[in-house]
Amino acid sequence: MSLQTHAWPSTYGAESRPRVGFFTDTSICIGCKACEVACKEWNQIPMSIQGFTGKSLDNTVDLGANTWRHVAFVEQSLPADARDNGGDLVRAAQAGAAIDAGVQTYQEGDGFRWLMASDVCKHCTHAACLDVCPTGALFRTEFGTVVVQEDVCNGCGYCVPACPFGVLDQREGDGRVWKCTLCYDRLKDDQEPACAQACPTNSIQFGELGELRERAEHRLAKLQDAGQDKAQLYLADDEDGIGGGGAFFLLLDDPEVYGLPPDPVDTRRDVGEIWAAAGVAAVALGGAIAAAVFGGRR
Amino acid sequence: MGSNMAEQHPVGFQWVVEAKERGAKVIHVDPRFTRTSAMADRHIQIRPGTDIAFLGGVVNHIFEHDAVFEEYVRHFTNGPVIIKKDFRDTEDASGFFSGWNPGDSAYGIDTWGYNKSTGEATAGKSEQQADVSGEQSHGAHGMELTGGDPADVDNSMQDEHCVLQILRRHFSRYTPETVAEICGCSPDDVVAVAQALCENSSRERTSAVVYSVGWTQHTIGVQNIRAASIVQLLLGNIGRPGGGILALRGHANIQGSTDIPTLYNILPGYIPMPHPQSHPTLDKFVKLNGPDTGAWGNLKPYMVSMLKAWWGDVATEDNDFCFDYLPRINGDHSHYAMMLKMLDGGVRGMFCVGQNPTVGSANSKLMRLALAKLDWLVVRDFQPIESATFWKDSPEHESGEVRAQDIQTEVFFLPCAAHTEKDGNFTNTQRLLQWHHKACEPPGDCRSELHWIYHLGRRIREKLAGSQDPKNRPILDLTWDYPVRGPHDEPDAEHVLQEISGRSSDGSFLASYDELEEDGSTTCGSWIHCGIYKEGVNQSARKRPGTEQNWIAHEWGWAWPKDTRIIYNRCSADADGQPWSERKRYVWWDEKEGKWTSLGDSPDFPPDKEPDYRPGRNAKKMEAIAGDKPFILHPDGRGWLYAPTGLVDGPLPAHYEPQESPFKNPLYAQQQNPTRQVFHRPENPYHPTGDEQGADVFPFVLTTYRLTEHHTAGGMSRTVPYLAELQPEFFVEVSPELAAERELEHGGWATVITARQAVEARVLVTARIRPLEVQGRRMHLVGAPYHWGGVGIVTGDSANELLPVVLDNNVHISEYKVATCDIRPGRRPRGRARLDLVQTYRQRAGVKD
Repeated sequence: MSLQTHAWPSTYGAESRPRVGFFTDTSICIGCKACEVACKEWNQIPMSIQGFTGKSLDNTVDLGANTWRHVAFVEQSLPADARDNGGDLVRAAQAGAAIDAGVQTYQEGDGFRWLMASDVCKHCTHAACLDVCPTGALFRTEFGTVVVQEDVCNGCGYCVPACPFGVLDQREGDGRVWKCTLCYDRLKDDQEPACAQACPTNSIQFGELGELRERAEHRLAKLQDAGQDKAQLYLADDEDGIGGGGAFFLLLDDPEVYGLPPDPVDTRRDVGEIWAAAGVAAVALGGAIAAAVFGGRR
Repeated sequence: MGSNMAEQHPVGFQWVVEAKERGAKVIHVDPRFTRTSAMADRHIQIRPGTDIAFLGGVVNHIFEHDAVFEEYVRHFTNGPVIIKKDFRDTEDASGFFSGWNPGDSAYGIDTWGYNKSTGEATAGKSEQQADVSGEQSHGAHGMELTGGDPADVDNSMQDEHCVLQILRRHFSRYTPETVAEICGCSPDDVVAVAQALCENSSRERTSAVVYSVGWTQHTIGVQNIRAASIVQLLLGNIGRPGGGILALRGHANIQGSTDIPTLYNILPGYIPMPHPQSHPTLDKFVKLNGPDTGAWGNLKPYMVSMLKAWWGDVATEDNDFCFDYLPRINGDHSHYAMMLKMLDGGVRGMFCVGQNPTVGSANSKLMRLALAKLDWLVVRDFQPIESATFWKDSPEHESGEVRAQDIQTEVFFLPCAAHTEKDGNFTNTQRLLQWHHKACEPPGDCRSELHWIYHLGRRIREKLAGSQDPKNRPILDLTWDYPVRGPHDEPDAEHVLQEISGRSSDGSFLASYDELEEDGSTTCGSWIHCGIYKEGVNQSARKRPGTEQNWIAHEWGWAWPKDTRIIYNRCSADADGQPWSERKRYVWWDEKEGKWTSLGDSPDFPPDKEPDYRPGRNAKKMEAIAGDKPFILHPDGRGWLYAPTGLVDGPLPAHYEPQESPFKNPLYAQQQNPTRQVFHRPENPYHPTGDEQGADVFPFVLTTYRLTEHHTAGGMSRTVPYLAELQPEFFVEVSPELAAERELEHGGWATVITARQAVEARVLVTARIRPLEVQGRRMHLVGAPYHWGGVGIVTGDSANELLPVVLDNNVHISEYKVATCDIRPGRRPRGRARLDLVQTYRQRAGVKD
């Protein structure tokens, strides 16, 4: 079954619910940060003033223990390839019917665009954080999401380096790890997560993951038809390094433009091979020592 | 234009995003590249304060390319009306219209009127003599017109004195090249916008204009909107689906607080406040303020019903329905005039409710100095804002100009309830009222405005009980009998809504303002809201989802007047009453039924008035409105391309430079709007402007604005952790070029200086701010969000400290959107040295103290 994880739905049996997630369509994000505020309000996350950062209009910087939704602002100059094309992207976009499709984002002549994108925990299909957690605080829910139980987490921090996206983070003065729960409490009451409900333009869409992926494919095709050559889905593929995300994105440029890793991998993916290699090495080393010891007696 | 909708109205902007998905083209014309620009198909940058020039270029294009929607203009507007022969345009008189009187810096409007008509000044003269300026000084609701029909009309619209030809000549110099020279954009930008509008405006298609305070906060604010009205009327975009001019207000329910006003000069439903000299009796008041023809012809029933709602059985025909009980205004008591009077010791006490003038008003220091002259001040807000703490911790304490012990003002802070903690209505831009129910009780001592005002009135009445002094009768005779409930004796908000909606003599609820009577048999607190409680149902609380009705969604909320979702929607059918096109069908004349019908809206027209109805010579009120004249609030039923009355600064918009500008007005010898309201006094110095000596001491253009993350003067956001952290510090936005020129460091500090004040801010260097080429010179913009102040979780200097008080005299709004300034790297001096820095600049620029 597609979308299947190690623990979901198998361990839940009849109690399992459809796997849900977020489709964040950044092409219609207006950077209002309502998602950040709604998330902090609902989940009672502490304030974390970081001061004026100078990173465009972004002053929360990145995801962390106190920021479970984060809106990135990317002020981007015209890419070189468009500049070669006469320097006038609007004319280029017009040719591609981008304006008719309502997706044109570069402005006339000045070669500038402002990308905005709301980031969140990816709720990976292969979630390394969950695998390395020694206490079982991190678990896969009946909705296929990944949640930290605050009353079980002991603050060991193993999950922090395990996350390929840098999402997991220990809260200062508390030590425990806090992250997006995809509003587990709201899901149990058949409510959508706070960020998705607050998003005014429907840039953050919540729903059953399979259905969201279909929707995203349609949207991507529309954008590509309109000449958005670099538009792409991010973490919507079962075959990628994390087996696809429970939260995935439609980006208008490469992931690294938004500060996202271009090719994330489950950090435990190679652990089996590493242990096997270590085993071989150990056996070889043991043999060598034995040979040295016993051979020496000889 | 003049709107940053995505940032300031993100919830409403979802519909723009959706429209875009369905093929709409979004053009953003704005001095800055904002989050709205990022979502637009095209952003065009113009110099702050040049919107009229840009729109003038659009009008010019419409004429040059024969794009006038002629049938619409001929029947529905005053395009064919002949204007008096002695009217002189700004183009003939170097920037002045005829009637200019330099002695009192005001226009006499006699020559602006319709030819062969004498009624223009009916509502004007006496008010002007009474020293009342603003919208009522010329009778905002129009002039007397016999039979509702202009006497001299040329339906071919070729007569050189007809409005359309006057317009054509007036804008003939606003060519793309000239406009580009003024605005700092390219001629192609002007043409592209004009073309896009013309191509998208026809029988089949409509275009909408959205504006916000980027248009209103200028010394030419009202004329900015007039210019848009001209564009939209010429193109046939008013009163039709998908068209219109949408005024997005400064924050939630500002529309509602204008409809049932918190303004000093109007009563509910835009009825002017009476004046002492000219309004001795109700009939005189009605005669001077309600033209005989059109919907305002019924001013008397509106007025009598309002007086009956307020004073009940005491109001009778014999006592003029207590018309004498209404306060009179004897002068300009708008915000800034009041604050200046306060500064001069002429105001003893003040209620400051939901406002933070020491951060939100221009020349904030002047505001603080004024508040310090009060005996008492009541501040109602969520938190003790700067306007409540000014007596102990203002910047003037730091500079040593004032000491707390010298300020005698007694300040009372009353915490208020949030909208979630009270019942009530929000009114949005299209006059739609949506009821909100209380979700929980307000905490602690927090109370709603309704609670405060009701119980304040109740206590005053208890204190006055038994008084025989006639001056107390207006208070003692009020119908102040609202039922209360709950633990805090909260008045019933629905009961207030019922009073506003109105009842007939048998107590039953009225359905529409057509039912109001002038004999005192009906009550109605606000005629435009009449029917909001019809059939005993709170119509504004209807919440039938859009998915369960057609796109007009008539059963969601309630819109004034008469639940009309598109005002003047008679325009959506042609002169004969037939839809302009199938695609734009909305309201039309049903010949068989003999009435106006619609896809689901209330026709904003007398239901059975035939399209070919023509009024008799002496017709009055609605009888005087012809069957092809949709603008029923005007005495002639026409949309006004040209405004013969109502404005103090001219019947047409013309480009004037802002009060402070690095450039000369290239169009007229007259630099600024000649009627702008200036206050020459030491606390409010103005910079030299144009090519005056010293203007180059303040070489850059300053504009103040807001961010999505904060709410206006910060009282509702700097005190809220999750909002405060999103924009924690005051910053200014500058271009890389200006940063290089002034050695400003990205992320570092800068000091912005005007003759009013010096403030410090963090520096955000961004390509979103671009220098413009204007008149062969490079213009730099300094962008300054104004949310910060001295108290709250996040604090900082306030940008509005920098601005002078200078106003549009139509509405007394301040020019927040443009001034001049200097900027230099580093933090500002502390203490006395801050004053010295400002003083140095004043001296260099030759600003008089």
